[in-house]
Amino acid sequence: MNKTCLNSLHIELGGKMVDFGGWEMPLNYGSQIDEHHFVRNEAGMFDVSHMCVVDIKGKSSQDFLRFLIANDVKKLASRGQALYSCMLNESGGVIDDLIAYYLDDDSYRLVVNAGTTDKDLDWISKQSEEFDVSINHRTDLAMIAVQGPNAISKTYQAIPGTEEICKELKPFSAVSVGSLFIARTGYTGEDGFEIILPEKSAEFTWKMLIDSGVKPCGLGARDTLRLEAGMSLYGSEMDDSVSPLECNLSWTVDLNDKDRKFIGKDALESLKSTGTKYTVSGLILNDKGVIRDHQKVITNQGEGEVTSGSFSPTIGKSIALARLPRESSGECNIEVRNKLLSAKIVKPPFVRNGKILV
Amino acid sequence: MSDIRDDRQYTKTHEWVMDNGDGTFILGITDHAQELLGDMVFVELPASGDEISAESEFCVVESVKAASGVYAPSDLEVVEVNESLEEEPELVNSSCYDDGWLVKFKSDDLGELLNSNDYQEVVDSE
Repeated sequence: MNKTCLNSLHIELGGKMVDFGGWEMPLNYGSQIDEHHFVRNEAGMFDVSHMCVVDIKGKSSQDFLRFLIANDVKKLASRGQALYSCMLNESGGVIDDLIAYYLDDDSYRLVVNAGTTDKDLDWISKQSEEFDVSINHRTDLAMIAVQGPNAISKTYQAIPGTEEICKELKPFSAVSVGSLFIARTGYTGEDGFEIILPEKSAEFTWKMLIDSGVKPCGLGARDTLRLEAGMSLYGSEMDDSVSPLECNLSWTVDLNDKDRKFIGKDALESLKSTGTKYTVSGLILNDKGVIRDHQKVITNQGEGEVTSGSFSPTIGKSIALARLPRESSGECNIEVRNKLLSAKIVKPPFVRNGKILV
Repeated sequence: MSDIRDDRQYTKTHEWVMDNGDGTFILGITDHAQELLGDMVFVELPASGDEISAESEFCVVESVKAASGVYAPSDLEVVEVNESLEEEPELVNSSCYDDGWLVKFKSDDLGELLNSNDYQEVVDSE
């Protein structure tokens, strides 16, 4: 199994290690719910070094990314700006979702999912053949996500010099400080940083963050946090057979430039003209119980399926994302162990910046 | 290391059963089971008076991570359920052998269950 450079530290800290898509990662260090609340109320950190960093360099970098992904990197105007996008196949299905950072005129950084790394690298390298770019998979880097209302101040406290560099940093942008790459991004619905750094500095930085009061959190809490934040998970809300237009990610598809050709564009345009039947919506369970992945949902517009179901520690009820017929609304039923439970259809996110929105 | 107590019997499916000596028994899930499941958020219990056949799933404990069935060790009749779990399912985590019990039942023949040593072997073999 793959291990990140922080693996032995997780074990030392009492992390309950599980197989996470071929990576041995901490599910929690005790209580997943406590870790969840700590991120909502204070500051927690996650080892996300299993995620894959790919640097694209060369004078055709921009042209290449405008072809490779569905969002348009041309709108990244200043250095460090980030763009969330899907990378599509020819039929408009999602190969992966990713963040692209604009570093300078001929260089970009992509961060893609851990579980799809091999597939992504093969695809990116195949598509790049006609472009003057080099593709560098950065296996020498670690990544630590520090998230929560106090994440930024605690990071300043833990890592000397970061405050001067980051105080002007806007959400969804990044800055380089020596060998640190600090992005004001995340996957929890809270403010904070995702710090990409050399593997050899990761353990030291992790310990400094602990000393500043940042609590190590496992990937269990990361999942309930992202679910409350209404953020999609690759493999759950979308995959190779689902287009962004069918999973509430239309906002990440940029069709403004008529002259731009990108992979999957023709399929999306034809899907757009015929109309899509499904979208991803939120559910809150009225009854007691817990909604789980793949359960059947019965709405006023027909049947759908739960894509991510769990318990929301912030709301104290079960919530879910579900693929539902497009015009579904109001109350619905979810089939749980041969019984029908009642739920309400809502628009995600459920929670942002510590506040319940539904 | 998970806690396994000598004062009760166990099943291969990670339930514990305590004999009250009056024809009634108390059942819960083991420390090993609650550790595997993690933070409990919902417990679905049968009703008093329910008659359950051996090996059928008659309770469900749900953690943030997963739902897990609890199985009847024998044919049994439910006498009482732990109603405090409705508001505090986390008792199954914090006190699985005491306040986090699930069901009190009557049974004529409990059959062969595991003693603590045998159950330790089951846990070790996982």
